[in-house]
Amino acid sequence: MTLAADERVADVGLARRLLIRPELGAVVGLVVVFVFFASQSPVFRSLDGIANWLDPAATLGIMAVAVALLMIGGEFDLSAGVLTGTSGLILVTLATRYGFSVWAAMLVGLVVALAIGLANGLVVTRTRLPSFIVTLGTFLMLQGLNLGVTKAITGTVQVSGLRRASGFEAANAILAGTIQIGGTSFRVAILWWILVTAVATWVLMRSKAGNWIFAVGGNEQAARAVGVAAARTKIALFMTTAFAAWLVGSILALRYTSVQANIGIGQEFIYIIAAVIGGCLLTGGYGSAIGAAIGAVIFGMADKGIVFLGWNADWFKFFLGAMLLLATLANRLVRRYAEEVKH
Amino acid sequence: MILETRGIGKTFGSVLALREVSMGVRAGEVTCVLGDNGAGKSTLIKILAGVHQHDAGSLLVDGQEVRFASPRDALDRGIATVYQDLAMIPLMSVWRNFFLGSEPTKGLAFDVAKARKVAREELRAMGIDIRDVDQPVGTLSGGERQSVAIARAVYFGARVLILDEPTSALGVKQAGVVLRYIARARDRGLGVVFITHNPHHAYPVGDRFLLLNRGASVGEYGKADITTQELTALMAGGAELEELAHELRRE
Repeated sequence: MTLAADERVADVGLARRLLIRPELGAVVGLVVVFVFFASQSPVFRSLDGIANWLDPAATLGIMAVAVALLMIGGEFDLSAGVLTGTSGLILVTLATRYGFSVWAAMLVGLVVALAIGLANGLVVTRTRLPSFIVTLGTFLMLQGLNLGVTKAITGTVQVSGLRRASGFEAANAILAGTIQIGGTSFRVAILWWILVTAVATWVLMRSKAGNWIFAVGGNEQAARAVGVAAARTKIALFMTTAFAAWLVGSILALRYTSVQANIGIGQEFIYIIAAVIGGCLLTGGYGSAIGAAIGAVIFGMADKGIVFLGWNADWFKFFLGAMLLLATLANRLVRRYAEEVKH
Repeated sequence: MILETRGIGKTFGSVLALREVSMGVRAGEVTCVLGDNGAGKSTLIKILAGVHQHDAGSLLVDGQEVRFASPRDALDRGIATVYQDLAMIPLMSVWRNFFLGSEPTKGLAFDVAKARKVAREELRAMGIDIRDVDQPVGTLSGGERQSVAIARAVYFGARVLILDEPTSALGVKQAGVVLRYIARARDRGLGVVFITHNPHHAYPVGDRFLLLNRGASVGEYGKADITTQELTALMAGGAELEELAHELRRE
């Protein structure tokens, strides 16, 4: 039996399908912000300029994509920013003070990060406490640990000297190196970011796990009633965010070869903002990995674009707030449109 | 009888929620469970669905005494329950909802093409006229949502379908739509347990009627033995209705 599309969808189908895509707002934002900066700054639209603003977009983007998955699953992770610092500190401390190779130190960092993600997930799913509070607790604890342990070991608030550790060259080339495209060096992190976005999009749209992520965020009870392992899905999402934090923490530590003990604080909100600009609802159950990646590009463009225009960097925060407000309003409209009952 | 209870009862602490209720449903038949709020309808269906366990009487599937450990257990025996409130996830598309928890896979991937195709075909087979399986379930009307949930249970091999007040929040036209799908499921050979407090919805589609009041059975009737009027009177408690009419009469 062949089933033709219903005649009633013919006229609104395409428009509606485009409108209810979560990325729509972010794409419009991307175009507007690009045109704004590119029309005023020739550097901004040059290949060097693009490499320049894609760099912050990449490291932010990896986190924003992971945080977007978690938000679609209906939870927050406020400890994600500080965890990038924790991962970096473990890497540099072990490799410079305890004779670990860079690879072994990274492995330890990964295990610790995943354990913290697991702990976040277990506490949230077992106690049913809001993840906002649980991960706020983790955030503060990690912030204290990062500073306390670093001071106890080094007597200062930073660890440095990663360049001398064994295995640095190779690890640096893979995670923090550059590649040449058309005579311009682009950061390798950009490739990692694209890979993370592609994998996350595939998982969301084309895997069973993706269906479960949307379901636990949309209505956990209903999902559970049809046999979705809600707790396991959420724990896996917290661990994914932790994995991303480890990846970004390692990239930044290898790039700068030193880590400040207070790094990453305040970043957790930037990740959430990028995810929301990308179409994630704060209430869960809706959003997109590509959207979050685009949200990160908007950030990167604004961050560097303001500098290219020679403006005071203070304006960046104003821009951030305005973007967030606009995105939330747009998302609300989209959600209403998607949920509106049609007869 | 596919599913049967004999003198079943349930207490919660000191509250007798259900006493001595006997009922059953055959393949290709609709058994309606009627009663006012607090009559014990929800307790009964939660026992049938495996959410609660009975503590008196017996529960039989295909004539064999059973005790469900969980809703999953009941589902594995072909007893599917569609609840009024937690049927669907509004922001997800019809086909994603249809296969949620039982996604078809192709290697590692969720076989999206198959899911779309099967959802569309199954809905058609039930005579459910969905404009587009890609639309979010939130855009469907209440009746359509119930219908999709029914089609889903049928597809996943339910032999008994328990419907918890599927028509209670709906308008007349929408309720008619849902009643039609109940009849369609019955015609496909499923036993249906239809819980409602509206005798006008129950009577046209039902084969047997179980009336509950204050946790106990008021009677079980075949369709030939009772009229809509009698059903209504029994349900509300005829005496109570008369008293109410008397009370409300103009002096």
